[in-house]
Amino acid sequence: MRYVIIGNSIASAGCIEGIRKEDVGGEIVVISDEPYHIYSRPLISYWLSRKVTDIYYRSMDYYEKYRVTPILGKRVIKVDFEAKDVILETNELVHYDKLLIATGGKPFVPNTPGAGKQNVFTFIKFDDVKGIDKAIFEGANVIVIGAGLSGLKAVEALLMRKCNVTVVELAGRILGSILDEEGAAIIQNALEEKGVRFFLENSVSEILGEEKVNKVRLKSSDMIPADVVIFAIGVIPNVDIFKDTPLKINRGILVNEKMETSIPNVYSAGDVAEAFDMLIGDNRVIPILPNAYIQGEIAGLNMTGRETIYKGSFPMNSIGFFDIHIMSAGLVNPPQGIEVLRRFQPDKRIYRKVYLKDGKILGFMFINSIDRTGMIVDFMKNNIDVSSFKESLLSDNFGFLDLPREFRKEKLLGV
Amino acid sequence: MELKTKKRIYAKEDVCIGCHLCEIYCILAHSGTKDLIKAFNRVNRPSPRVLVEEKEGYSITFALQCRHCDDPLCTKACITSAMHRDEKTGYIICDEEKCVGCWSCILVCPYGAIIRDENKKVASKCDLCIESGSPICVENCPNEALELRELEEDSK
Repeated sequence: MRYVIIGNSIASAGCIEGIRKEDVGGEIVVISDEPYHIYSRPLISYWLSRKVTDIYYRSMDYYEKYRVTPILGKRVIKVDFEAKDVILETNELVHYDKLLIATGGKPFVPNTPGAGKQNVFTFIKFDDVKGIDKAIFEGANVIVIGAGLSGLKAVEALLMRKCNVTVVELAGRILGSILDEEGAAIIQNALEEKGVRFFLENSVSEILGEEKVNKVRLKSSDMIPADVVIFAIGVIPNVDIFKDTPLKINRGILVNEKMETSIPNVYSAGDVAEAFDMLIGDNRVIPILPNAYIQGEIAGLNMTGRETIYKGSFPMNSIGFFDIHIMSAGLVNPPQGIEVLRRFQPDKRIYRKVYLKDGKILGFMFINSIDRTGMIVDFMKNNIDVSSFKESLLSDNFGFLDLPREFRKEKLLGV
Repeated sequence: MELKTKKRIYAKEDVCIGCHLCEIYCILAHSGTKDLIKAFNRVNRPSPRVLVEEKEGYSITFALQCRHCDDPLCTKACITSAMHRDEKTGYIICDEEKCVGCWSCILVCPYGAIIRDENKKVASKCDLCIESGSPICVENCPNEALELRELEEDSK
């Protein structure tokens, strides 16, 4: 049996580890266009800020230990699903019995004039931060385009490296994927105190300079000096090599509850896959790290023949900027007719908001009050009716004591 | 095959007297000294890895430690691989050197059993006293409100 995995990130590790739970003898081949040992993409901002010096996701003997043959630094140009061959840019063929497509996401870059100049970067891969690391200096003017999760992690790292940071965002607020307006304002305010300048409801219409960027022109006609520009607008599923193939793709590659694609023996997982979202009751790309691992692991188990079902997920994030931390999950902007529980303590920047419908939690966002949040995520997953203790969900020290005795016993003792 | 521990610590909320000795002994066990007073006076003393739940208006209290799940979410959510299963014991352990304090583990732990170490800014959790092999909180609970159980092979 030969398992082939396209991609060398979190979903790939999940798949390798899932396969090895059941099949110790089968051959595993991992292919990636990046030349690096398996690393963790969320760590790139920590590397840029110099909080960490290595970003590897698994130990250096990982491939050896899991008996994986890595083919790194070679791009896959095509998959022949009929012949079951993966075709590399070198024209080598890698035959598979079972294939996992874990090609992840790629940065969305608009066709802004001047985007091809030197010192214009994206913010997703190790090479991106290696380039940024060389281009920045103390006092450098850096423009970050996009005020989402990765954009603002870039901002934090750049501030730690003593750059002057300006954020340009198309929407009227920051962090639109994880916070409502009120929550976003708290974070924006905290970052402004650190010296970040925000241009909201705006965009970069042109990147100017000779070979290197030296300023940008905004849609509002403002001109801002710029030594470095970083596009962090968003990530889209990396499906380019599968266009014009029979593989069923919506936004991402469609998979069923076994992580199988529309083509036999071909599976997909992670940021490229469009799997079940239990909150909306439909398939959706949810590009978060835990999903990538879990989906990869389930794909791996199914590839060995051990039937394992993916129950679905929903968006959830834990992210911090300096001493402020955010956790959020599920719905961010509630539809009409939903119950909203809210607590805001401006002096400590503590914010807790929970959305309920028929006693079930549809979403929450917590700022600076995050302990034991996993319990609440667990209630969402298991569709628990929280009506009888809902007010306690707003408290900083929410815990099992707040639950009805029988429910607590069941949770804690499994009886 | 992956080795998983079957050891679990359970609390009996009916007999817990809320004395917090489990927390104190936990700090001692993870402080690098055997002297309780020295452990407590350390500048960067570790946070307790056991959590005592108590609240005004409630008559009951109990302690909670990591369940060392058979299918843990914390290890899968960890962005650095700091949170991992120890190969020799099957315990779930956090490598504090690798942890960057993103708290993804706290976002997914269904027991709320992972603690933010405020001093070190890393995730801190029960390691079943991996060094001594015998959980110090259980040994020192004055009312036997903590119990170490070895689960059957197939149970959760």
